[in-house]
Amino acid sequence: MKIKVQKSLAPNLTSQILVPIFAVLASLFFCAIFFALTGKDPIEVYSAMFSGALGSEYGISETFVKMIPLALCGLGVAVAFRMHLWNIGAEGQFYMGACAATWVTLSFPTLPFFLMIPAMIIMGALAGGLWGLLAGWFKVKWQVDEIISTLMMNYIGILWVDFLVYGAWRDPEGKNFPLTAAFPAAAMLPTFGSLRVHYGIFFVFILALIFWVVFKKSKWGYETLVIGSNPIAAKYAGINIRSNVLLAMFISGALCGIAGMVEVSGVVGKLQPGISPGYGYTAIIVAWLARLHPLAIVGVAFLFAVIHVGGFMLQTMGMPSATATMLQGAMLFFVVGSDILTKYEIKFISSKEGEKNE
Amino acid sequence: MADTPLISMRNIVKRFPGVTANDQINLDLYPGQVHALLGENGSGKTTLMSILTGLYRPTEGTISVNGQEKKFTSPRDAIDNGIGMVHQHFKLIESFTVAENIALSQISNSFLLSQDAVVDDITKLGEKYGMVVNPKSYVWQLSVGEKQRVEILRMLYRNSKVLILDEPTAVLTPQETRELFANLRKMANDGCAVVFISHKLNEVLELADQITVLRSGKVVGCFGRNDTNRYGLIEMMIGRDINVNKSNNKQEQSLGEVILEVNNISALNDVGTLGLNGMSLNVKAGEIYGIAGVSGNGQRELAEVLAGLRPATCGSIKFKGEEIIGMSPKAMIERGISYVPEDRLGMGLVPNLDASENVILKEYGTSKYSNSWKVNKTAAIKATEAIVKKFDVRMGSIFQPVKMMSGGNLQKLLLGREIASHPKLMIVLYPVRGLDIGAIESVHKLLLQLKKENTAIILVSEELEEIAELADRVGVIFSGKILGEFPVSAMDTELVGSLMAGITENKEDMV
Repeated sequence: MKIKVQKSLAPNLTSQILVPIFAVLASLFFCAIFFALTGKDPIEVYSAMFSGALGSEYGISETFVKMIPLALCGLGVAVAFRMHLWNIGAEGQFYMGACAATWVTLSFPTLPFFLMIPAMIIMGALAGGLWGLLAGWFKVKWQVDEIISTLMMNYIGILWVDFLVYGAWRDPEGKNFPLTAAFPAAAMLPTFGSLRVHYGIFFVFILALIFWVVFKKSKWGYETLVIGSNPIAAKYAGINIRSNVLLAMFISGALCGIAGMVEVSGVVGKLQPGISPGYGYTAIIVAWLARLHPLAIVGVAFLFAVIHVGGFMLQTMGMPSATATMLQGAMLFFVVGSDILTKYEIKFISSKEGEKNE
Repeated sequence: MADTPLISMRNIVKRFPGVTANDQINLDLYPGQVHALLGENGSGKTTLMSILTGLYRPTEGTISVNGQEKKFTSPRDAIDNGIGMVHQHFKLIESFTVAENIALSQISNSFLLSQDAVVDDITKLGEKYGMVVNPKSYVWQLSVGEKQRVEILRMLYRNSKVLILDEPTAVLTPQETRELFANLRKMANDGCAVVFISHKLNEVLELADQITVLRSGKVVGCFGRNDTNRYGLIEMMIGRDINVNKSNNKQEQSLGEVILEVNNISALNDVGTLGLNGMSLNVKAGEIYGIAGVSGNGQRELAEVLAGLRPATCGSIKFKGEEIIGMSPKAMIERGISYVPEDRLGMGLVPNLDASENVILKEYGTSKYSNSWKVNKTAAIKATEAIVKKFDVRMGSIFQPVKMMSGGNLQKLLLGREIASHPKLMIVLYPVRGLDIGAIESVHKLLLQLKKENTAIILVSEELEEIAELADRVGVIFSGKILGEFPVSAMDTELVGSLMAGITENKEDMV
């Protein structure tokens, strides 16, 4: 008898759903070992974490606040990933979107709400989109690897915001802090009562639904699917790959730009350094774990927000803030590692047959 | 000729799941000789050489080096026994220099590398065999011909006595080819055994001392250069006399207007040499124009130019009177030009998508399968069910990825999709390659049915029998152009065979 792992031709739906769920549970168990080794009761740790994130109105509100940018950036990178375009520039596109939205508030502070917010959305989307488009253009024009260009443009975007808030855009009444003036009330997205969670959450649900339909039903969704699966067949079918690369990079960046706009307009209320604790990078993991499915992205973003907010609670128990990061890392490791179980099957074959197949 | 062969391969059998790639092959290589391996694609040449170089282990059979039986368990064993190979795709590290690439093969001998010594050796070897290349250049700076020289120098540097070259001339200009041949001859005279894999007959006859012809994994002939001629070789490669009278499938049908007029077009192939060189042909509505020839003579390039996938460098292509040269693939599809590529899963279909998603591949944007922005899934499924029924495509479900289907069913699905789009012109490449007899028959029926619907068809095939059975006219392609053209009733094996080998009446025209 010989055991052979071979590529399975038909990945079935149940294994595609069950395997990731078991992988998440396995990663929780794996981290539990670590907690036990440091002398904490894992059950206590997890219950503190989940009750911190979900056990109170405040916790739930904070969880949604974190979910919004993760889900929007996750949708953004998923658009590019679907075409096998590795846009890891969500962070930079997020900053550029926030920056452009801030420009609207600084330049036209007297605009009424119903003009201000749409203008901020459009400018945020445009700025993030152009930031992505630039990398796409480099790729189409000179075959520059988009992984490198989008990654490097993250630093440019982040430092560009620093440059502005330390310089030209610094609030003259801000006691020399690197902050812009607080946004006028018309530039702020409404919140739910006194909670911090804001109307940006509607953006998440609306955009997730739109892209779910776009991916599933539209001609463009079909084109991106074909390009991602077999670019040669796409060319053969008359699909214009270059213009689709540009379009996908623009839309991908625009979604991340909207995430940046929503963050400054819904939560921060001004532009300042460090508005994102790495949402754009975490979003890559979110999109990947959700297998680029728009609705699943919202779910995974929520899970990651729970871990993030729950992580704060753990700090009150005397655990390091890196605990949340460790959990996220373990989840990615287990889910991506378990992928082999959905793509391959294990076969037992007699040794005679095995030699023939060698 | 030395008495003991340098290499003796005996009764080599290699089976892959479902295929016997090599069947009881014997091959002797002698020092001082250039030995050509001749055969069509898939005849087992490359498998045999992969066994000799230790990449594959034979299922049965033995290999002896200098009379001693050896077992190669890795390419390293073969290298240590003086066997070297230049693959069609070079195995060089682009960001290393020539000297570094060559020194790589010696890395196990000592901890430190002496660059200077290597540079010296390379220069000397290069001078000796007239293969000048700067050892300090980076490989990415070199031309294709120079890279090949580096590969050959590397074999010599390793003291290889058996030099195997897999289609070395495919990437070379005629001038470079001449130089390569002179160099290979020099190496043979120095006691090396050279193996030359090719399907270009004229080159084989020019260079080789011994010729072994493979067909379907078996040796069908082995003889000295002077014992044979081109025609004999062709017949051996193809295997059988064609029966022209097998026209019972064909019904008399009057042909329509000229649909396609290709005039004197040229185009580059993937390695940047001329794949099409002054190609001209025309096809009428309802006509099947068969293109016969050894593959690699411009068939794929012609199809890709007509499909808008490859730019032509000059010439004109008139489709129903309209100049279409240089148009996009989409424009070609819209005009009713259908291309059925040989690589079904690589180009014609998307392996991970299901049958209905593949059926709409070329027409997803038309009103047939979509409205303003949305793909009409219902129409796609209906059309797919119709194709499945009409063309008898067998599959588990139309919602399974098509990569799970068998070759014959893939071809039927692909052809079915193309036929359902009612093309005016269809270019179909090697439509029955890899199919079983039942599938072959149904594919042939489909093509004849399409002909009845007045479609002009260009059928590219390496099976002369297939062309004789289906085509109205046949053109023989050689070196990127049609060398001879005649009605299929006037087709005979000798004529086609010699044209496939590049022989025309005028001997001076021989390439």
